[in-house]
Order: sequence, then structure tokens, then C-alpha cells
Amino acid sequence: MSVKKIFLLGALLLTFWLTLASWQTKVVPEKLSDYGFFIGDISRQHPAPGVVPYTLNTPLFSDYAEKLRFIKLPSRKSVIYNDTAVLNFPVGTTLIKTFYYPNDFRNQSKGRRLLETRLLTHESEGWKALVYVWNTEQDDALLEVAGENKAVQYVDDQGNTRQQNYLIPNLNQCSGCHNRKEVMVPIGPSVRQLNGNFIYKGSPASENQLLYWQRTGMLTGMPALADCPKAPVWNKPETGSLNDRARTWLDINCAHCHNPDGPAMTSGLNLSYSEKNPTALGILKSPVAAGRGSGGRAFDIVPGKPEQSILIYRLHSTDPGAMMPELGRKVVHTESLDLLKAWIKAMQ
Amino acid sequence: MKLTLLILTAMLFASKVMAQPGIQKRYQTKFIMAEDGSTIELDAGTFSFTGSLSLQDKKRIVISGKGIDKTVLSFKGQTDGAEGLRVSNGESIVIENLTVQDSKGDGIKTMNVKGITFRNVKVEWTEGPKPENGGYGLYPVQCENVLIDGCTAIGASDAGIYVGQSRGIVVKNSKAYHNVAGIEIENSLHADVFDNEAYENTGGILVFDLPDLVQKRGGNVRVFNNYIHDNNLRNFAPEGNIVASVADGTGMLIMAATGVEVFNNRFIRNQSVGTGIISYLFTGLPIKDKSYYPFSTAISVHDNVYERDPGPAAILRGSWDGLFKTIRQTGQQIPHILLDGISDSAKLDKDGKLQSDLRICIQNNKDQSLINLDAGGGFKNMSYDQKPFDCQLVPLKASTVNVR
Repeated sequence: MSVKKIFLLGALLLTFWLTLASWQTKVVPEKLSDYGFFIGDISRQHPAPGVVPYTLNTPLFSDYAEKLRFIKLPSRKSVIYNDTAVLNFPVGTTLIKTFYYPNDFRNQSKGRRLLETRLLTHESEGWKALVYVWNTEQDDALLEVAGENKAVQYVDDQGNTRQQNYLIPNLNQCSGCHNRKEVMVPIGPSVRQLNGNFIYKGSPASENQLLYWQRTGMLTGMPALADCPKAPVWNKPETGSLNDRARTWLDINCAHCHNPDGPAMTSGLNLSYSEKNPTALGILKSPVAAGRGSGGRAFDIVPGKPEQSILIYRLHSTDPGAMMPELGRKVVHTESLDLLKAWIKAMQ
Repeated sequence: MKLTLLILTAMLFASKVMAQPGIQKRYQTKFIMAEDGSTIELDAGTFSFTGSLSLQDKKRIVISGKGIDKTVLSFKGQTDGAEGLRVSNGESIVIENLTVQDSKGDGIKTMNVKGITFRNVKVEWTEGPKPENGGYGLYPVQCENVLIDGCTAIGASDAGIYVGQSRGIVVKNSKAYHNVAGIEIENSLHADVFDNEAYENTGGILVFDLPDLVQKRGGNVRVFNNYIHDNNLRNFAPEGNIVASVADGTGMLIMAATGVEVFNNRFIRNQSVGTGIISYLFTGLPIKDKSYYPFSTAISVHDNVYERDPGPAAILRGSWDGLFKTIRQTGQQIPHILLDGISDSAKLDKDGKLQSDLRICIQNNKDQSLINLDAGGGFKNMSYDQKPFDCQLVPLKASTVNVR
């Protein structure tokens, strides 16, 4: 064999090997539309068959952005009922969440601006996060790993025009929150949070989400609905006591980091709904590494004294070195602060 | 023509130090895409970031600048994130040859990293010491094998170099000044702190164990061959933080720690407390953590040099002020070494003394003087008697770290 022939053969083999290798590395779609989650004009966010919209009773506050949530289970797979933690979705599941601002919160028909769609995909190696940023034309969203800051403007529910920045997280920031023992996990969709009504397209009335999931075979092993725990809606007093609503708000907004397996475990502060130790919950607990986040106050929570509680100070601050949560908030959520102040005020 | 060139050059230079949103994305992308085992090279120049830069879930990464003050990462205009650099869940990570400036929160936080090296790194707040500065400069927490070598920390409103809830630690050849605490080892095991200079802080070096934390108990901490001087800065920590209770003029403070050996250090002109050894009870803060041990035990302070200018203590706030006034009213100079005298009554032998391996031993220091405050007994039997502390403990073992 001549040298030339050996070279040619080598080149051929190399090409073959490279092709094989490229087949094996999964290519991440560059555009949201590549997934086929939505039918028609994807900015309308009409889910394709198999993609099911859902909502949470008390969601995470994200700078007043509204969210559309969808779940896509792998075909013929279901979730097994478990009411102690977030549901254990099978490999192949994708959770889809689109963030947007209505142009006018008082009148949704005035249109909206889609900002980003986040995907959490359950692969055989674990959950993976991807962020797609909506383009100015609003006809597609493009993959972005490093995050972005966007200026947004809207008319709020009081009729005031508001301008603010909105942070689209980078991939590390995603797992900054979606993190249990350094493993990426979903945060929201637990039985407690899903136990509420939703108006499904094509049906005249609203239906309980758990019942819908059970009826359509998405959820198995579910007890009678009356036996399923239910998280209150934080701003609807008829859905739960002050304590219950405040604890649920803290659970979804803080406990993804502030739990014994989360990124904020170094602080010793645990804001999970299930926490029973008053000190771990912050009551008369001295801060550990709060720095100027302490706001000159001595304890996380001083019963009866919201104005002396670090928790209130940090939720009120918008200074990145003092505020909580550390990410995803640029404005003050006045309404939840009122709830938490009332909660601390009522403490003995 | 020449003018145009000049303007162009000026514009180029200006764009290099002003807000650069493109830089944020470019560097963050580098950090996210870095392959395990690779080196992330940072150029010379000053780069402004609007958010934290983070590295996560990586192994054997070197983040390498062109040198202290040559590669400067400035977070002055930061709007997102609670620290400048953040590294989490990693193995064998090296951060070297760079400066981090003016982050809104902590300078460099590394959490849950096995093998973390800070080499020739400076973290500073450039507008002088003030409560608005971030809490910690270098901040490894819940890490194993921590090496801090040739670093500088300036202006932290808590601790310049802070190692918390970690194990296997060496802090050496480093400088800390104009912080509330220069160097602090908290709830950490097996630490060697040597050949450092801690000066012009409120407190030079602190070794603390605090309650309600995940890693409960520190110990085996050796502090030696350090030059700890002129730590008389007015405490500027925001209230609520434990360091806010450190007295201005503190060379070293040991609180609720077990197994600390302090030797061959020079404690010069720390005008209030050359070396303090206290229990957590001395702070008056409530303790609800049942597994927390609030006493300082097995402490050995030997072969150090103490020097101080004559005269009153540094300007103090709160309870410290009253305490030092009381001492001075007795006509005494304020002694170099201060003990609160609160010990664990459960660990006394039949003679009412602490078990010999748990004692506080103070021996063979140059110009040694001490006061036992008897804080547990309502300060009734304050004593300058050195005899009860004239003892020796078995020297602690050296700490070794396994890093790159």
C-alpha cells in the first residue's frame, strides 16, 4: 500500500469516526421552536398534544413577571403520588416555564412581552436546565447560557407605569436555586402546590389539577382528593391561616436555598414549610455571615417586631449585597412583605 | 491625524475600564463552558462586571490572571449576585494572580469545594473601611483542603480572610488590613495560620466556634509566626454580626474554640486586647443549640512577643468600654492577655480545676501579663495572677493540605 493510500484510508476512518461521535453527542436545540412544544404561532404558547399546562398555589415571586407553566411527560409514563416533596418525575420529563409581562396588568388583552422560556429536562444523568431568550420579534426564543439583563416596562395593577430591569439567569444561576446536595432538582410542582384548580382549554369549568392528572393517567397512586395536602394561596386569606400562608410563601421563595441540603445551609437558617425548630426558622437566631445584610438588627426574626427582624430588612432591600433572595429580584414585593410583617407581628 | 489616533486610543482605553456588558457574558460563558482540567486565562486590564461570575460543578480548573493589580475584576457597578466570584461544588480549583474589587457582597466565595487554592489574590474595597463594604474578602465555606497563600484582603466589613465550616486549612504569607477582622477561622478543623501580617484591623486574627451551624465544632487550629500589629481600627461592622462585638484594639480573639495553639507571634500595639480567650456566654447572646459547646478549652498561648504603647485602650464602644475603665480604675495598665474566666463546670477535676488536657495555658511570652475577669462570677474576683495558667499542653499537629 502506498503512503498516499494509507493517508486516504486514515482520512476516511477519521471522517467515519467523527460522524459517529457527532451522532452520540446530543445536540441542544438552538431555538425553542425546534422542540415542538407549542402549536401554531409559538408566542401564543398553545401547548401541543402531550404538553399540559399547570399552575402553583403559591409561586415564587419573580419581579412581578407572570409565568406560564407546562409539563411534558414521556409518552405512556406517569408520576407516582408522593406528598412529602416535589414529585419524582420520570426520566424524559420536561418542565417548561415562560416568563412574561403583560403590557397592562389591568387588561391582559392589551398584549404581553415574552422574556424567556426555561426548560428543566430530566435526562438519564439527572435534571438539566436550559434558558431560551425571546427575540424582539417575539416569534422565537434562542438558547442563551450566560444570561442577560433586560429593561422592561409595564402598567401595574394600580395603573402606574413601571420600568425595571429583569434578570435572565445564566446556567450556573439556575442551579444556584435548583439545588439539593449539589444535584439539580425542580422546585415547584409538589402535590401541595398542584392541589388547586385550573381551567383547561376546551372545558367550560375549572378542574382540580390533581384530579385532571389522575384522570388523564399522568398521576398514579393518588389517595382521595380530600386526603391530599393543599398549599394555601399566599394572598387569599380564605385559603389558609396567616401562619400557613406566610410559611408557604417562605417555603417556595426561600427554602430552595434555605434548607439543610441547599446552598444556604451554611447559614443554619431553614425556611422549609416542615421546619419545626424555632431557632432554625430564624426566631431569635443571630445571623452568621449576613454582613451588612443584617441591617444593624440582632436577630433574623424578633417575635412581634417586624421592624427589628433581619428577614424583613433583607426582603425589603434591593441592594445586591444585602437583599434576599440573592437573585431574581430587583424590585420590592410589597404585598408579600405585608404578609410577613403581619405574621411576625402576630408572633408571641 | 495624530489627534484622531489619540482619540481612538483614548476611546479604546476608556471602553476597557467602563461598564462592559459584553465582558460579563464573555467571561461567564468561559466559566460555564470550561472543560474539566482546563485553565481559564484572564487578560490584563480592569474589567467591570454587573453581576457575579460563577464557576460550578467543575474539576481541576485554574482561573488565572496576569497578576495582582494587573488583572482587576471590578464589581463597583454590580446589580446582580451577592458576591464577586463564586465557586461551588468543585474539586481542585485554583484562583490566582488577580484582584477582585468592590463587590456588593463577599469578594470570592467558594462553597463545597474539595481542594481550593487562592494564590496571589487580592480582594479589596477601594473606598476605605466602611459598613457598606461587603462582608468577607476571601470566603471558603464548607470546603476541604483550603490553601490561602500570598493573598491580601482590604476593607471587609466582617473578615478579610475568612475560612468557615471547613477542614484542612493553611493560611500563609498573606496580608489583611483595614478590615473589621483580619483573618478569621470559624467552626473549622485542622488549620495552620502562619507567616501572615494582620494589621490596622479592628481585630487581627479570630478563632471562633458559633452555634446553630452545620459544621458544629472546630479545633486543632495553630496560629504561629504571624505579625499582628496596630489593630486599633474603629469597629465598623453592621450590628447583628458577631464581629461587631470585637473590641477595637484586639490582636487576637479566641471564642468558644477547642484546641488552639498560639505561638511565636508578635503582638505589637494592639491597644485593648493582645490576646483574648472567651466563651460564647461572654457575648450575652442566647444559646438554643443544644449540641453547641460555648467554652474555650485546650488553649495554649506561648512564646509570643507582646508590646504596646502605654496609655488607655483604643476607643471602645459598649460593654468593652466599661470593662476597660474598671480595669484602669484599679490603677493597672490593661494586661496583654484577657480571659473571661468562664469554664465548663462539668469538666472540673476533684480539686475544682479544669482537666489538665482542657486547660488554658499561658507561658513563656515576652512581657506577658493577663487578667482573669471572672465574668462568670459577676466580675467580683478579677485577678492578675498568672500562676493558674502556668502549664503546658501537648503541641498540636501540623495541618497539611492536599491541593494543586
